[in-house]
Amino acid sequence: MMALLLRDLKLSVRAGGGALIGVLFFMTVVAVIPFGVGPDLNLLSRIGPAIVWIGALLSALLGLDRLFQTEREDGSLDLILMQEHPLVLTVLVKCLAHWLANGLPLVIASPLLGLFMNMSETAIGAVALTLLVGSPALTFIGAVGAAVAVALPRGGLLVSILVLPLAVPVLIFGVSASYAAVEDPAPFMPPFLMLSAITMFFAVLGPVGAALALRNAGD
Amino acid sequence: MRLRAERLGARRGEDLLFSDISFDLGSGDALVLTGRNGSGKSTLLRVVAGLLPAEAGRVLWTGKDETVRAGEACHYLGHRNAMKAELTVRENLVFWKSFLGDLEGGAGMSVVEAADRVGLGGIAHLPFGYLSAGQQRRMAFAKLLVAYRPVWILDEPTAALDTRAEQTFTDLIKQHLAAGGMLLAATHQPLGLENARELRMTGFSDLPEAFLQ
Amino acid sequence: MTESLAITKFSDLANPTRFLALVARLLPWMACLTAGLFAVGLYLSFTTEGDYQQGETVRIMYVHVPAAWLSMMCYSVMALSAIGTLVWRHPLADVSHKAAAPLGAAFTLIALATGSLWGKPMWGTWWVWDARLTSVFILFLMYLGLIALNRALDDPSRAARLSAVLILVGFVNIPIIKFSVDWWNTLHQPASVVRLDGPTIAPEFLVPLLVMALAFTLLFFTLHLMAMRNEIWRRRVGAQRRMAARMAGREA
Repeated sequence: MMALLLRDLKLSVRAGGGALIGVLFFMTVVAVIPFGVGPDLNLLSRIGPAIVWIGALLSALLGLDRLFQTEREDGSLDLILMQEHPLVLTVLVKCLAHWLANGLPLVIASPLLGLFMNMSETAIGAVALTLLVGSPALTFIGAVGAAVAVALPRGGLLVSILVLPLAVPVLIFGVSASYAAVEDPAPFMPPFLMLSAITMFFAVLGPVGAALALRNAGD
Repeated sequence: MRLRAERLGARRGEDLLFSDISFDLGSGDALVLTGRNGSGKSTLLRVVAGLLPAEAGRVLWTGKDETVRAGEACHYLGHRNAMKAELTVRENLVFWKSFLGDLEGGAGMSVVEAADRVGLGGIAHLPFGYLSAGQQRRMAFAKLLVAYRPVWILDEPTAALDTRAEQTFTDLIKQHLAAGGMLLAATHQPLGLENARELRMTGFSDLPEAFLQ
Repeated sequence: MTESLAITKFSDLANPTRFLALVARLLPWMACLTAGLFAVGLYLSFTTEGDYQQGETVRIMYVHVPAAWLSMMCYSVMALSAIGTLVWRHPLADVSHKAAAPLGAAFTLIALATGSLWGKPMWGTWWVWDARLTSVFILFLMYLGLIALNRALDDPSRAARLSAVLILVGFVNIPIIKFSVDWWNTLHQPASVVRLDGPTIAPEFLVPLLVMALAFTLLFFTLHLMAMRNEIWRRRVGAQRRMAARMAGREA
């Protein structure tokens, strides 16, 4: 399993692996927002956490449809499916590798974008923390869509349509917790713990669903 | 060790490709599937490997370890090489050696030795994508050597190969069979195996008219 | 040595013929019953008193509430069929959840549209991000995604198995989505906005509502059976066309 983790990490760093593309997309999306809503710093700092979260959500989904598609294209998926490691565990490891290569850079880039959005230090810290806890959930739930995409000739867009509604709870609790850290009356912990619970739940549901889909997507 | 298929049937989409295929392979046996394109050779191989669900029938494996499924006792080499172009040949082989592991009852070769056996020992440090199609195919074959599996399932193994490489392949297959392995292959060209049984796949396209009623 | 390939006659599409015969017998009765219930339900809906607060607009409820109820029941039916597909690999289950998806989307759309029409006089706006409307809207998006997935895959049995996986993952997620939307709603919605719950339903509204709910449920099952029948027919036509193409290939 370590071998798989290392291989996937290597692949995402080598040429053609999209680890940096996701971060670039994230920064571009967030950078475009002020052109839409105007350069009002107060407004930007108010909507900042939400914008950063939505940007992270979109760029997390962007790279996901290739999670199993590349494996299928060169035939590796067949060999992976034949091994009983079990498959759920294999999928989990692939998700972890994908998150390390694509999700973690988003978390690291988010404070910089927080500065652009004129957010306070607390808000920046809260967004980075909630992204750190919440973005694995996006990878796990997106893995189901990625597994379905294996059977689709042009999967990308459709996968996002299928996965986005399922990602609504992550977004809600992630953004709620970020705001709760800044705005006084609301407590930070309840939405944050809820977010952690959702991530753990998806860590089970995602790989199980993805493994089930992969078994059934064979051609 | 035995690999048995009992009355297998499979469909592609809505169309039935074949049905009622049975065979029984013991140590050292080879079975070669022949037939036109679209007759279901690849599908049969994928069903045996457990990659496609069988419409009817079942595949049984009996070996030392009773809990092993048929697919786990098999190496599968399909049309695609299952190697990453971005990684070097050695990295690819090391990964598969570690990921696949050895089945009980044998041991795979070292990566260096396997690359030597397919005649490309000198270029294992290159990225896989730099190799020619024929060299890539050979390296994909080396994958079968690094992890031990009693059954080799090969789908058109000699496509894109010159005659010398074909000879290397035939020799490797013979060694595998001599060591008690089994072979299930689909091919257009004869592989040059003396004792191979042949299963001719006809497909359903020349059925009697009466069947269509 | 040559092992010959024995050819056995293959059975026609897992043989749903008995199902078709059953549907042919059931459908007229169900259609009549549905029409009758609708007649009674609509008569009751339009003859009962209007609400003293909401006036005549309360009658929208008789369509809105059953449609909303069906939008959820339809997804449950699909989830059950999805289990049938994945666990028992039953071909009728494949057909069932494929046929149910557009129906579910239609009922969800009715619920959303009537909710919006009801909202305009009640809240003064066509759409509020009320917890219920929002969750139903997300459900609507999920239906559309499933329909799109079914259309994107050309192999019906693979499409059925993959959408079954997604249906089940979605089904497990629905409570979480509902819960999170409720949370989000109480966080953002000031209490001044009128909530949909309103006063508890008086008995004179309850009777027509129940009759309408029953009528809608029967309507769903009638349409569902018809859609399943059509889907089976469609697949048979497809199979025969492919057969025709093969035969033409042999003559050439």
